[in-house]
Amino acid sequence: MSKMERIYLDNAATSRMRKEAFDAMLPYFMDEYANPSSIHSMSKNPRAAVKKAREQIAGCLNCEPSEIYFTSGGTESDNWAMISGAEMLSDKGKHIIISSIEHHAILETADYLQKRGFEISKAPVDGDGVVRLDELRKMFRPDTILVAVMTANNEIGTVEPVKEIAEIVHEHGALFFTDAVQAFAHIPLDTKKLGVDMLSASGHKFGGPKGIGFLYVRKGIRLPPFMHGGEQESGRRAGTTNVPGIVGMGAAAEISCAEMGETGKRLTALRNHYIERVEKEIPYCRLNGHRTERLPSNANFSFRFVEGESMLMNLGMKGVCVSTGSACASGSLDPSHVLLAIGLPHDIAHGSIRASFPEDITLEQVDYAVDCLKETVERIRSLSPLYDDFLKKEGA
Amino acid sequence: MYDGEYSDKVIDHFTNPRNVGEIENPSGVGTVGNAKCGDIMRIFLDIDENGIIRDCKFKTFGCGAAVASSSMATEMVKGKSVQEAMEITNKAVMEALDGLPVVKVHCSLLAEEAIHAALWDYAQKTSTKIEGLRPPKADIND
Repeated sequence: MSKMERIYLDNAATSRMRKEAFDAMLPYFMDEYANPSSIHSMSKNPRAAVKKAREQIAGCLNCEPSEIYFTSGGTESDNWAMISGAEMLSDKGKHIIISSIEHHAILETADYLQKRGFEISKAPVDGDGVVRLDELRKMFRPDTILVAVMTANNEIGTVEPVKEIAEIVHEHGALFFTDAVQAFAHIPLDTKKLGVDMLSASGHKFGGPKGIGFLYVRKGIRLPPFMHGGEQESGRRAGTTNVPGIVGMGAAAEISCAEMGETGKRLTALRNHYIERVEKEIPYCRLNGHRTERLPSNANFSFRFVEGESMLMNLGMKGVCVSTGSACASGSLDPSHVLLAIGLPHDIAHGSIRASFPEDITLEQVDYAVDCLKETVERIRSLSPLYDDFLKKEGA
Repeated sequence: MYDGEYSDKVIDHFTNPRNVGEIENPSGVGTVGNAKCGDIMRIFLDIDENGIIRDCKFKTFGCGAAVASSSMATEMVKGKSVQEAMEITNKAVMEALDGLPVVKVHCSLLAEEAIHAALWDYAQKTSTKIEGLRPPKADIND
């Protein structure tokens, strides 16, 4: 393998578009560009394409096409579900529960709601990042209206017991929303089996284009609109329909879901290979996230005595593209809230590296990445005063 | 932060850091920063009887900018008198690195503090007066 071949292990940040999705989009830019909301003859094909995409998405979730609402992406879907969900239920109460490891699109939306009179409680997770159901049960109050727990975590890959959580939430008469941005089209999701009320997803996380996503809203829930100014999406989401985006996302969803079983198996095997090699060959590391209840594509490790950004830089020079939960990578002082929530001390949280594998990753690339990671951790440790102190302590 | 925001000099000092290591029985050693916010710098000084810095080594836990700042700082103090070393500012370290991204300015400050902490240790041990030198912040224990 040539040294500067780039190995992309940041698929949880965004994915390369699937060729089929890209090809499916093309006619809707230059030829079939009419507005599907128009009533003349040119709007017929774009309208049919949007209908097809809605069916493709619904097919992946075992729901009705009419329960799918297209948005500009995961962030908008999360904001919509949280803010409009809270507004819709505000007569019943003001208490909202979210997990402590939600994506910022939920966390900061919850902060926003808190400033507007809602009360937010954060459900703790265990050391693997699984929401503690016993603690969750205790958090409900008569005025609890909405609960948001993500389907799978973006940093550590832990898959939450969504079905059990939905049952608990419904026992307490609240509404359950799950951010499935990392999970949709990666692991099987069946809205009927899971019993969720709302679910968000984003096109670019599974080979679709950026700038498109959707919110599933169970039939019977009258979620008010968040974007105002038009009758699109059955009057629930205003704004000119993003036909190419919707078509690309629909195509990507259909293929990803059809291939999910095979891709999942392949990625799980490669991910386990990565995990095994790292644990065997790099001392003083810790796997973050649940060992088995995790996304097939995610491996997140903390390495003691080293800081994430410097590792990321060093790996980047070798062509290996990963991400880190270190504060130094973001310019803030605190490391990732997810790593702190699973109980990592600050210094260990700073030394985390997330690898998230694209579906076409090869064993050779995974092995090269581990080789680079090993060299990198060794090199950065050789610079670290914390490692010196540790070795002296061990020697003494 | 990604490599593209760092100058070539920062990349160079991160990739090939100068003066990494420790000095046995140093004239002065200083450790600053804390693991909580993700940066720890330790600087060792070997100072001769005339108060000239003969050698300087470092160990750093931190980001690329922290490693590069320590590396540059050790280069800058070598051969200087303790008083001259005292006067090296974070701005000078930054300039020598052809700049740092705004969110990384604190790394150069940490390098300045690490030099001061090592000088303080030397000054305490040898009862030397270095003008402008103050006791280092004790945030390593936070």
